[in-house]
Amino acid sequence: MNLKLAKKLLAKVAFLILLAAILIFTVFPFYYAILTSFESGSDLFTVEYWFSSFDLANYKSVLGEASFVTSIWNSILVASSTVVIAMAFGLTAAYALGRVKFRGRGAVLMIVLSVSMFPQVAVLSGLFEVIRAMNLYNDPLALIFSYTIFTLPFTVWILTTFMRQLPKELEEAAIVDGASPLTTLFRVFIPLMWPAMATTGLLAFIAAWNEFLFALTFTLTNSERTVPVAIALITGGSQHELPWGNLMAASVIVTVPLVVLVLIFQRRIVSGLTAGAVKG
Amino acid sequence: MLLVLAAVAGWPLLRTIWFSFTDASFSNISEYSWVGLENYLVYEDGLWFGVLADPAWWQSVWNTLFFTVVSVGAETVLGLIIALTLNAQFRGRGLIRAATLIPWAVPTIVSAKMWGWMLHDQFGIINDMLMTLGIIAEPLNWTANADLSMWAVIMVDVWKTTPFMALLTLAALQMLPSDCYEAAKVDGIHPVSVFFKVTLPLIMPALMVAIIFRVLDALRVFDVIYVLTSNSEDTMSMSVYARQQLVQFQDVGYGSAASTVLFLIIALLTISYLYLGRKKIGGES
Repeated sequence: MNLKLAKKLLAKVAFLILLAAILIFTVFPFYYAILTSFESGSDLFTVEYWFSSFDLANYKSVLGEASFVTSIWNSILVASSTVVIAMAFGLTAAYALGRVKFRGRGAVLMIVLSVSMFPQVAVLSGLFEVIRAMNLYNDPLALIFSYTIFTLPFTVWILTTFMRQLPKELEEAAIVDGASPLTTLFRVFIPLMWPAMATTGLLAFIAAWNEFLFALTFTLTNSERTVPVAIALITGGSQHELPWGNLMAASVIVTVPLVVLVLIFQRRIVSGLTAGAVKG
Repeated sequence: MLLVLAAVAGWPLLRTIWFSFTDASFSNISEYSWVGLENYLVYEDGLWFGVLADPAWWQSVWNTLFFTVVSVGAETVLGLIIALTLNAQFRGRGLIRAATLIPWAVPTIVSAKMWGWMLHDQFGIINDMLMTLGIIAEPLNWTANADLSMWAVIMVDVWKTTPFMALLTLAALQMLPSDCYEAAKVDGIHPVSVFFKVTLPLIMPALMVAIIFRVLDALRVFDVIYVLTSNSEDTMSMSVYARQQLVQFQDVGYGSAASTVLFLIIALLTISYLYLGRKKIGGES
């Protein structure tokens, strides 16, 4: 009997260790970035595991730089416009794909899915030419335009999946009452689709906020950059003298809003990710 | 919607393929002439030139494949472990699940920089930990050492994308019927064999989809490598190679040829996956 108890206790301890390991694995790097961002001067170069100083100098110097603040605004502008555009096109497309029966519907969905598999670098030179032709080079508008390449596919997929789950009777009732397809979409579906829209919108926002390759290639000057590029290009006096304190402060500033959003909406995000992938 | 997709994906793709047969340059993209297959492979004065004859390209192909296999493999195993843990009932489960979402929310650039700092050769905490534990005697230069830098990149990627795997696997686990487990319990089967005989086969389809997604994503990896080790040849992926030719060396034709090859590799994989998938779906119905 005692042996069984000991075994049970051992299993419990092992489980707790496993949990602790997972927690450390996932949280520690971010924790360490926060810790570093509050250190300055020579404190930076001694390894610490706990908060020993609380110095806001790094934050002050990062936020004092006009170009970094501008790039935050650029990022907000680009990411939110991308969301609006992806929503507008995604909803109408999802309505057509989820509700209207037409030939080649499966083929259209397949095309949409395969676009989401595109390596971004494969369209880089072609897209660059398009952007040059539209005179949008070195302009955040170019990013809004090019981000639809990866936000549209999954918006369409997730919204179509949700749209299909809504009961058909609702739509039929609207048609019987003489509503046009657009009225049906705006008056019947959109109010019901709120949760799905919040999910996809958030995913699109995060994707646009984090994008790097296009943002790096299609912008040239500091005033037009988005935050990921701004962070990647922070340099010190030489290659081996990166201002790590500032870098970590900037990283924390960029990441904290996302982490907060994700933690608030975690259930929605999980369901969105699984709808987008598992049913794909 | 289709028109937008065509404008933003289809047309640029066709142009890229077109450019790969020309000698266009990045600074003056409108003037170019047709050079045929010269960017891919050409035989001149007893030597082969072009992307397919460039050892740096094959190095980047090998890097990408190595990166994809190792990191997706590690992510799958770790994701499975985390998902199985989170599937158990315990207090504070919501907290742990929220914590696993953090790496996913951190932008790739930021996570690369964060790890770059943790892996710093002189002041990095990873070296400090390993030295305190007595595993290594002197600090390692993770990001610049040719033997280690690839592992550094893989470490960052595994950290960043394991949550994705874990969440997808968890979703699959939670859809499993509980009567299978009750039956196994009644029959007194060991938990480990329950996992391999019951759980794994049942979540296999969902797990496969997640793996395919990750593989396709890993094959086009760019930002982690670019930020962590810049243009070092030891870790260069196909995307980094193509972009370097395109932007840094201003050779749009050559870079386009490289990206076209990358596109073909991914397209081939996708098509074979869809073909196999459709066969399976056809079999079910």
